[in-house]
Amino acid sequence: MNALKTFKIGGVHPEENKLSEHVAIQSLPLPKQVILPLGQNLGAPSKPIVKKGDLVKVGQLIAKGESFISANLHSPVSGKVLKLDDAMDASGYRRPAIFIDVEDDVWEEGIDKSDSIVREITAGKQEIIEKIKAAGIVGLGGATFPTHVKLMIPDGKKAEYLIINGVECEPYLTSDHRLMLEKGEEMLIGIQILMKAMQVDKAIIGIENNKPDAINHLTELSKNYAGINVQPLKVKYPQGGEKQLIKATVNREVPSGKLPIEVGCVVSNVGTAFAVYEAVQKNKPLIDRIVTITGKAVKKPSNFKVRIGTPLLQLIEAADGLPENTGKVINGGPMMGKSLSTVDVPIVKGSSGILLMKQEESHRDTPKVCIRCSKCTVVCPMGLEPFLLSKSAKLGKFDKAENERIMDCIECGSCQFTCPSNLPLLDFIRLGKNKVGQIIRSRK
Amino acid sequence: MNDVLLFTLLTLGLLGTVSAVILYFVAQKFKVIEDPTIDMVDEVLPKANCGGCGFPGCRNFAEMTVKSAKENQSLEGLNCPVGGNAVMKEVAAILGLEVQEQEPQIAVVRCNGSLANAPAKSTYEGPSTCAFAHNLFAGEGGCPHGCLGLGDCVASCDFDAIEMDPLTGLPVVNDKCVACGACVKACPRGIIELRPKGKKDRRIYVSCINEEKGGVAKKNCSVACIGCSKCFKVCPFDAITMNNNLAYIDPIACKLCRKCVVECPTDAIIELNFPPRKVKVETTESAPPAVAEKSAEKSENSQNDIQA
Repeated sequence: MNALKTFKIGGVHPEENKLSEHVAIQSLPLPKQVILPLGQNLGAPSKPIVKKGDLVKVGQLIAKGESFISANLHSPVSGKVLKLDDAMDASGYRRPAIFIDVEDDVWEEGIDKSDSIVREITAGKQEIIEKIKAAGIVGLGGATFPTHVKLMIPDGKKAEYLIINGVECEPYLTSDHRLMLEKGEEMLIGIQILMKAMQVDKAIIGIENNKPDAINHLTELSKNYAGINVQPLKVKYPQGGEKQLIKATVNREVPSGKLPIEVGCVVSNVGTAFAVYEAVQKNKPLIDRIVTITGKAVKKPSNFKVRIGTPLLQLIEAADGLPENTGKVINGGPMMGKSLSTVDVPIVKGSSGILLMKQEESHRDTPKVCIRCSKCTVVCPMGLEPFLLSKSAKLGKFDKAENERIMDCIECGSCQFTCPSNLPLLDFIRLGKNKVGQIIRSRK
Repeated sequence: MNDVLLFTLLTLGLLGTVSAVILYFVAQKFKVIEDPTIDMVDEVLPKANCGGCGFPGCRNFAEMTVKSAKENQSLEGLNCPVGGNAVMKEVAAILGLEVQEQEPQIAVVRCNGSLANAPAKSTYEGPSTCAFAHNLFAGEGGCPHGCLGLGDCVASCDFDAIEMDPLTGLPVVNDKCVACGACVKACPRGIIELRPKGKKDRRIYVSCINEEKGGVAKKNCSVACIGCSKCFKVCPFDAITMNNNLAYIDPIACKLCRKCVVECPTDAIIELNFPPRKVKVETTESAPPAVAEKSAEKSENSQNDIQA
């Protein structure tokens, strides 16, 4: 038997803990109030076009993405705009947001709410991109990069492959997995739409081998769709990283500082493909997403279909409440997720999962000195030297950090995960990236 | 045997002589003619190389002073905060100029969100550097403008003039401060400000830089400036300005009358090194004792500030 494909350098294999992988997606009841931060996408925040007291319907545009890299925001509920005010984000800083009090569930006209599958793609290339832009779709893997920008391929470049990320290499998270199982057909249509928009004829869905049911299901389904192949991959973190996935599926390497289009690839998440299907075939903007709520102490680890803006607490209650010994609430998975300083935050477009960690597993071990074991260098999937980057950032030697290609770091956390001395390697690298980024911007 | 010795001596001697001649001519050719006054000025500088003057080191500062004296006949904009007026006078004397006396300054920590005033709502276990924590989150106390208490300012200080008070979790500036401004640059939140030392070290300042609305600020910290403008109204010298829900006391216009201190409903204005207020024994019952209590608290506060 052939060895399974994967990326070549580095990588780790943390405990998978996919507790909720067999729990079907449920719909979370409508919240009483939603909070919609304006900066839910990468790039410039959206500009609000509603004001206090306005009545809005589900799917109505409430904030516009005006700059090149920005995305529209639609009301996920119907009701009255309570206020435009600052709301606490996951890090405790206050950012502008729209508050809506929910009344009934009235949808904007023209949105198809039914479950029926629309197979025929009537929209042309430009129309698809326009629709995706209008629907405010962003990369739902977590990076929230506006999808329509990705589809506008720069002149002189040509996309050969569309790579669909069904890897879900983060431990615990299962939202993509469930989506592939339950909405496989819709997702494949979504992939076809993306292929049409970029005019590529080959699409590869990369799925890690720990999801055999999803692999079988999609392989079976994809027989009816020309050009779409399912590629099982070896289980290795961070295979869901764009560059790692390209290496694993088509064995190409994205040059340092360049985008995947440089090697003729565009990568998209399975959740994004599904959202694209809904936007183009059903006229439904991005107003909900699948969120995993999980953790070892959670009574009912599950996957919920949640309207954007729903308070996090409601999601936790739906999973039978906050366990008493919760030590940490993480937005995302345990590797790349960010721990929350408060639970009074809403679900945003980029929330793929909420992980509740027990008190005893949530503390960091005491850092010791670097013993030069080079484990971090071995596991770095970008081929960097994390100990060196971390040290240079710590000492403020940002020119050195830049020369050592600190900006190539994808912040996967493999180094910090592996370090036998429990050093906060990634923390300092993040600090370094921030400072070096500032220096690079100031040069322009 | 002798031959070997002789040969060695001759070769080395010749080599030495030739090199000396070459070096002599090279030295002549690339001679750097420096104004001897630079050396004289450099001599009287404190040699802390702290960068407080805005130049990379004392030598560079000396060069700049000489240059400025030659070109502009003045030392305007040049000041060694470490040496203070005494050193600047010496420098001016060397250069044959007059120098304006500068009021000595000191670093002031404009945050009073101590462990008691702004209790921690979350726990931070990452690396002990404010720069990183500031990028990560609002802080344990929840105030996005408040002191993170991880001591980047302490690490930046070359003069042992600032240290963390373990009881309050806030940095405290002591008398060794020379106002070089290293901590001002190190603080990612811009909490530290250089202010004039004041007469008899007496200072009044708003110990908060939170620009959020009053209610929001107060939620996180009991001594936050809520932007109520009471101090602004009571100030007889127009020394207080209100901007973005935040009061700021202009140290030059302030005449240290202490009226604002009493007026502040959240005790966000701090007075330092003032004698305790006289308790007015008058007929009205409620108000004056409250004032007295407050000032007593304040003077305690200020004493702590100085000791720690």
